[in-house]
Amino acid sequence: MLASVLSWLTDPWADALSRRALLEVVLLGLAGGALGVWVLFYELAYPAESLAHALLPGLVLAALVGFPLLLGGAAGLLVAALAVALAGRIEGLGRDTAVAVVVTGLFGLGVLLALSPDTPAGLQGLLFGDVLGVSDTDLALAGGLVLLLLVALRALHTRLLVVGFERAGAAALGVRAGAVDAALLVLLALTILVAVQGLGNLLVVAVLIGPSSAARLLTRRIGPLLVVSAAVAVLAGVAGIYASYHAQTAAGASIALALVAAYGLAALVRPLVRSV
Amino acid sequence: MSRAEPGAVLEARGAALGYAPGVPALQELELEVRPGERVAVLGPNGGGKTTLFRGLLGELRPLSGELLVHARLAVVPQTERSRLDFPVSARDVALMGAVGRLPWWRRPGGAEREAAEAALARVGLAERIHDTFGDLSGGQRQRVLVARALVQDAPLMLLDEPFTGLDAASAERLERLLVELAGEGRALLIATHDVDQARGWDRVLCLNGRQVAYGTPAETLVRPVLEATYGGDIVDVDCPEHGHERAIMPAHHHHHH
Repeated sequence: MLASVLSWLTDPWADALSRRALLEVVLLGLAGGALGVWVLFYELAYPAESLAHALLPGLVLAALVGFPLLLGGAAGLLVAALAVALAGRIEGLGRDTAVAVVVTGLFGLGVLLALSPDTPAGLQGLLFGDVLGVSDTDLALAGGLVLLLLVALRALHTRLLVVGFERAGAAALGVRAGAVDAALLVLLALTILVAVQGLGNLLVVAVLIGPSSAARLLTRRIGPLLVVSAAVAVLAGVAGIYASYHAQTAAGASIALALVAAYGLAALVRPLVRSV
Repeated sequence: MSRAEPGAVLEARGAALGYAPGVPALQELELEVRPGERVAVLGPNGGGKTTLFRGLLGELRPLSGELLVHARLAVVPQTERSRLDFPVSARDVALMGAVGRLPWWRRPGGAEREAAEAALARVGLAERIHDTFGDLSGGQRQRVLVARALVQDAPLMLLDEPFTGLDAASAERLERLLVELAGEGRALLIATHDVDQARGWDRVLCLNGRQVAYGTPAETLVRPVLEATYGGDIVDVDCPEHGHERAIMPAHHHHHH
């Protein structure tokens, strides 16, 4: 009995593909979980989802011409940001609507390119991620991202608190709200860019929103929030890989569902731990 | 601190402030504030208090004249402006006062945390440093924001209606703290609707789209000035503790008292 439980737990680690996938979700969970707390408190969930969807044409074009996906994604992000900025200036359209128009337009363009007869198969991997197919480069990038976020979020911590707490009063405290916003958006763009390889265009936002929302139900302190959110993201990611390994479900979707399920679970246990 | 500094911490020379060229929201500012003075800023809503504070913060440049701030400045905002659902403790909020002095890559360390805790102790919240800001009472939140300004250690402090919504005990406590801060040589600009309270302070600045008056309470808290400030919208209130005198209050604000 014990032996079978142990082998159930260890088998995925013995498999090379699953081992890489596990490492990738641990790294992405640390990054997405921690950054997600700030995404939540800066109300950036919609922009995050928009950015992730809007970079699809860049990814598809890179896949078409055989460029690194990272470069394609970065170019796609730049185009999306410019298009949103331009559309936002159209009189009477409104910011949210402008973003929605640009994002659906770019996403449609990406699908159109991906479904053209000349395109090699692979749209599914771009949309839903291919966490079982991550390369050493992907893993190194994810590791680099975690390091960068750790350093940046630590350095910016108090300034992020100041601007989030009382935007209008930030200047009087010697903090430039615009610079803090810009730094957070750059970190968000980088995280999406790296995470989209593993989790896919449609599911990447789950790692930013699910764990932080769950953590918010369990604690009201910023320190514990960051730790709990990252831990939830890592655990949910690992749970998704296990589900995928043992039940042969799609890895990316399993992870996304596990991340959202963590929120449901947190809501259930909330009455027990709310005093933390 | 600037106790030894004899000069004014704040000067206005015929200054006009506004949000569009040629459309002053507040004009004819002519005043000097010295270290250790508590200055009441009176006026109706929309009378120019916010405009003045924004001018002092440098968010608005004078349309004409001069507005000179000679000292570092800290702001104690109204507590409603901060987010109560935000995951910060009283100490986190007090620590925010230290961030402006640190380079962007440095986090507040032990020295800053000590300063924050000392400031919270000064405002009587030593036992509350780990409480979530949103869980504190209105009076306690106001004092946390005063502690944050103390951590900024500024010789000039702007307080935006700090007494609004406080119960009598909290108000009394805050009043005592302001006396102490002025005693240290800090200049305090306090926006208030409480004419009676302003009588105990050093100067009164009356605003109503322009500077109606600036002077001692005896010079400014008189019927003609208050009528010009509040547009005739004032009432007499019996005030037994002043003997035969009657306090004059702005009509729509006297219920605060």
